[in-house]
Amino acid sequence: MDLVVDEGVTGLLGASGSGKSSLLRLLCRLADPDEGVVRFRGTDVCRLDPLELRRRACLVPQLPAPVEGTVAENVAYGPGLRGARVDVARLLEHAGLDASFADRRPARLSVGEQQRVMLARALALEPEVLLLDEPTAALDESSRGGVERTLAQLAAEGRASMVLVTHERAQADRLADRVITVSNGRVSG
Amino acid sequence: MTSIDVSLREVALALVLVALAAGVSLWRRAELEKDLGVAVLRSFLQLTAVGYVIQAVFDSDSLWVVVGLLSAMVALGTFTARGRARAVPGALLALGLALSTAAAVTLGLVLALGVFEPEPRYLVPVGGMVIGNAMTAAAVALNRLADEMSSSARQIEAALALGATARQATSGLVTRSLRSAMIPLVDQTKTTGLITFPGIMVGMLLAGADPIDAVRLQLVILWILLGSVALASLIATSLGLRGFFTQAHQLREPPSP
Repeated sequence: MDLVVDEGVTGLLGASGSGKSSLLRLLCRLADPDEGVVRFRGTDVCRLDPLELRRRACLVPQLPAPVEGTVAENVAYGPGLRGARVDVARLLEHAGLDASFADRRPARLSVGEQQRVMLARALALEPEVLLLDEPTAALDESSRGGVERTLAQLAAEGRASMVLVTHERAQADRLADRVITVSNGRVSG
Repeated sequence: MTSIDVSLREVALALVLVALAAGVSLWRRAELEKDLGVAVLRSFLQLTAVGYVIQAVFDSDSLWVVVGLLSAMVALGTFTARGRARAVPGALLALGLALSTAAAVTLGLVLALGVFEPEPRYLVPVGGMVIGNAMTAAAVALNRLADEMSSSARQIEAALALGATARQATSGLVTRSLRSAMIPLVDQTKTTGLITFPGIMVGMLLAGADPIDAVRLQLVILWILLGSVALASLIATSLGLRGFFTQAHQLREPPSP
């Protein structure tokens, strides 16, 4: 696979098991390739501090995976690891939620709302790139539309470049500036 | 203190109660008769052999022989505990270091504080209890750690993706593993004398010791064991955790999609 991801929103399109999610995990070094090189802004990711890389290129998982605690504690988790504080209400607003969610438990929220909390949690790190692993795959129709609108808004504001993994051609066309098709671990178009 | 003599005939008479257990098993079709037979035979052979070994160690009156015996106990305990922690990569090393450190630090401390004299008759039984309890606690801790790592893999990877170190991403589950290993002994210590009479105290009372002396020795042992169990669990979980991650804070076994 020879692939260059530019600024803006890049859609990675492909069927289940085609290697899209694995590619995202390679980009933020949650996994290492058996062979070949992954570069971030020209530097081999293996030469970068993996923790720093993950703050710069932050993965939002396919299914919400909150840490223990409230919504506010989840949003503040990443910066809090280094002793930094964040404006939780503002971040929730960016992710399409109001400040009243801050004291609630993620497990009590709908999957769509939880996924927005995951977005706010990633945005709290002010990443250069958001790696979105099928962020709407587990959502119903109305939640999907809401999260898509939030992603479109974030892209329009230029808060971060995005790599959006999806198996829906229509979603890739709606959200991405360019679409790359992945098939059997290879770029096919 | 007076000593008591137990003849083989008296030991054999205790088998009446084993027959009762076998009767219960037969009546309720629990199919434990064969296991009971094996348990009786093994306990007789193992304890008799250990009795002769301990006698030989006492006769030798050599601290090096004691160290050798305790080292063998650590090795056996390590392999036994690994059976409960097969899902933890590198469990053998983690357990070996946990048990040997718990034994060395605990016994070293009680000797340094002058609680016991450096003699085989104290070091062998106390060391055996320390290693046995440390083995059980370390095995429980690693078993729980493996379960938690498996069930929380998505949450752990999500935390890693936010820049957490392996230790930060797993702090909650390591704490839970540690607690699950320590709680049984903590509870036992809380209820000692109320619900159960602990073994050392019973043994001393049967041997004719003064009850207050028996109580004091039992307290020393219980409190020593609390320390050794905590130390063994801490070392086992800290080292066991490393096996689940690469140097780059990646899960070796990624969560299933």
